[in-house]
Amino acid sequence: MPPLWFDIAHLLAGGVLVLSLVLLYQDRVTAVINVFALQAVTLALSVGWQAFIQGQPALLVTALIAITVKGFIIPMALHRIVRRLDVHREVEQVIGGGATILAGLALVALAILVMQPVTGTGDVFAREDISFALGVVLLGLLMMITRYNAVTQVIGFMSLENGLILAATGARGMPLVVEISVAFSVLIAFIVFGVFVFRIRERFDTVDVTVLERFRGERKEHV
Amino acid sequence: MALTIGFILQLVQITVIVVIAPFVLGVTRTMRARLLRRRGPPLLQAYRDLWKLMHKEAVIAYNASWIYRGAPYFVFAATWVAAGLVPTYATGLMFSWTADLIAIVALLGTARFALALAGMDIGTAFGGIGSSREMLIASLAEPAMMLIAFTVALIAGTTQLSAIATIFLTAETGVRVSLGLALLALIVVGVAENARIPVDNPATHLELTMVHEAMILEYSGRHLAMIEAAAAVKLVLYFSLIACLFFPFGLAIGDKTAAAVLFGLVTWIAKMLILAVLLPIAETSVAKMRVFRYPAFLGGAFAAAALAVFLRFVSRGF
Repeated sequence: MPPLWFDIAHLLAGGVLVLSLVLLYQDRVTAVINVFALQAVTLALSVGWQAFIQGQPALLVTALIAITVKGFIIPMALHRIVRRLDVHREVEQVIGGGATILAGLALVALAILVMQPVTGTGDVFAREDISFALGVVLLGLLMMITRYNAVTQVIGFMSLENGLILAATGARGMPLVVEISVAFSVLIAFIVFGVFVFRIRERFDTVDVTVLERFRGERKEHV
Repeated sequence: MALTIGFILQLVQITVIVVIAPFVLGVTRTMRARLLRRRGPPLLQAYRDLWKLMHKEAVIAYNASWIYRGAPYFVFAATWVAAGLVPTYATGLMFSWTADLIAIVALLGTARFALALAGMDIGTAFGGIGSSREMLIASLAEPAMMLIAFTVALIAGTTQLSAIATIFLTAETGVRVSLGLALLALIVVGVAENARIPVDNPATHLELTMVHEAMILEYSGRHLAMIEAAAAVKLVLYFSLIACLFFPFGLAIGDKTAAAVLFGLVTWIAKMLILAVLLPIAETSVAKMRVFRYPAFLGGAFAAAALAVFLRFVSRGF
């Protein structure tokens, strides 16, 4: 019988991966933002639980950063951006929803297949969390390439970073300096993205990134 | 003597599930009406409807073949056999060794096949469109159902329902993400298979939204009674499946003493009533979806079930 502490760690880390797939499944910008916030909160709970069972108070700081910055500040800012840009309708996807989900499932299977042999002899957390984390990273990348809307691409990037944190906590924590600088760089990236989104909007009257390709002359059709 | 008691206990299971089915259906209808601020039919209305239909003349189309006449009985029989195998109040009954999850899926699939054939038999447009949509739903729901069976089988080590329920009840399986995902997928599949609201509306006769009702539009009299009874039994079957896989509390797993059996029966009926109240609450809080959205809805169930299998592989060995 698996001990209860392991079950809870498994539940929370698995929850982060499940929410990554849910993120891929949503087709409205506001729903995507809400699911992203939920994922950040689950991640924070997972990291907090790891801090508790590994006895590493430094991880609590990571959890705190995750829950405040990614659970509340960034989703609230994104909601504001979406309201101001008036893009809260359906998201355009490059390929259909069903195909995206199937691709996502294949990526999760790939992550597990790749990571199981590598971490076979490792710690139980390393085994679990690193395969889940690779899954979350790959799903974040998939989300970035399957969406036209710049706001959802930003969320794909942020959820990718959630995967990195999950991997770090599984490997017995990462140095606090690294963690803080990662969180900081994500914030900077968020600001850059925000400016970028508003610039696209100003110039092209839309946040659909395909217009950039047309602008650069990579696509030869009418706008 | 032991053989006789075993036979009686199995008989009780088979009888009770078909006797209680219209009542459970009645509870969902009344609850739904109350939520919509209507008074709703009395709880026993479903029995009266069946009684009425049994005594009415069966009108059959001129060009109906034997498939049309035989299908209702076949559908009812297959559904009833499947329902009689799901552990409701006790495990390890006389025929429990046949109660394989995959066998139950196959029985329900056979019943659906017969109904779809009957829908097309007369050659009306509604029957055809109903059958075609039913097959679309089935082709999406059945893979998800098989993956749910795999998930449960990977955790319990068997696909036999009776053994699974015993393992889940006695051994500590712990907090498993896989089981949560499987439950979610089973609920979605159950909603789709029983023609409940986000996918189909059991109370509609609006031509563009019908699925199940479109197939049975031409039926009347005792044939319709058989199909309605089969639908009620199928609903209780799915409720029982959810109860025995995920909430096996109260099942009589050891000796079949009178107290254990009675306790099993009471808890099972309580579980049925709770689910019969929860279903209309879920139904009234969502809108019926377009036919083109079914693949996304049921694809979500498939994804959840597939993820459950994957996550089970990660945590293998603990």
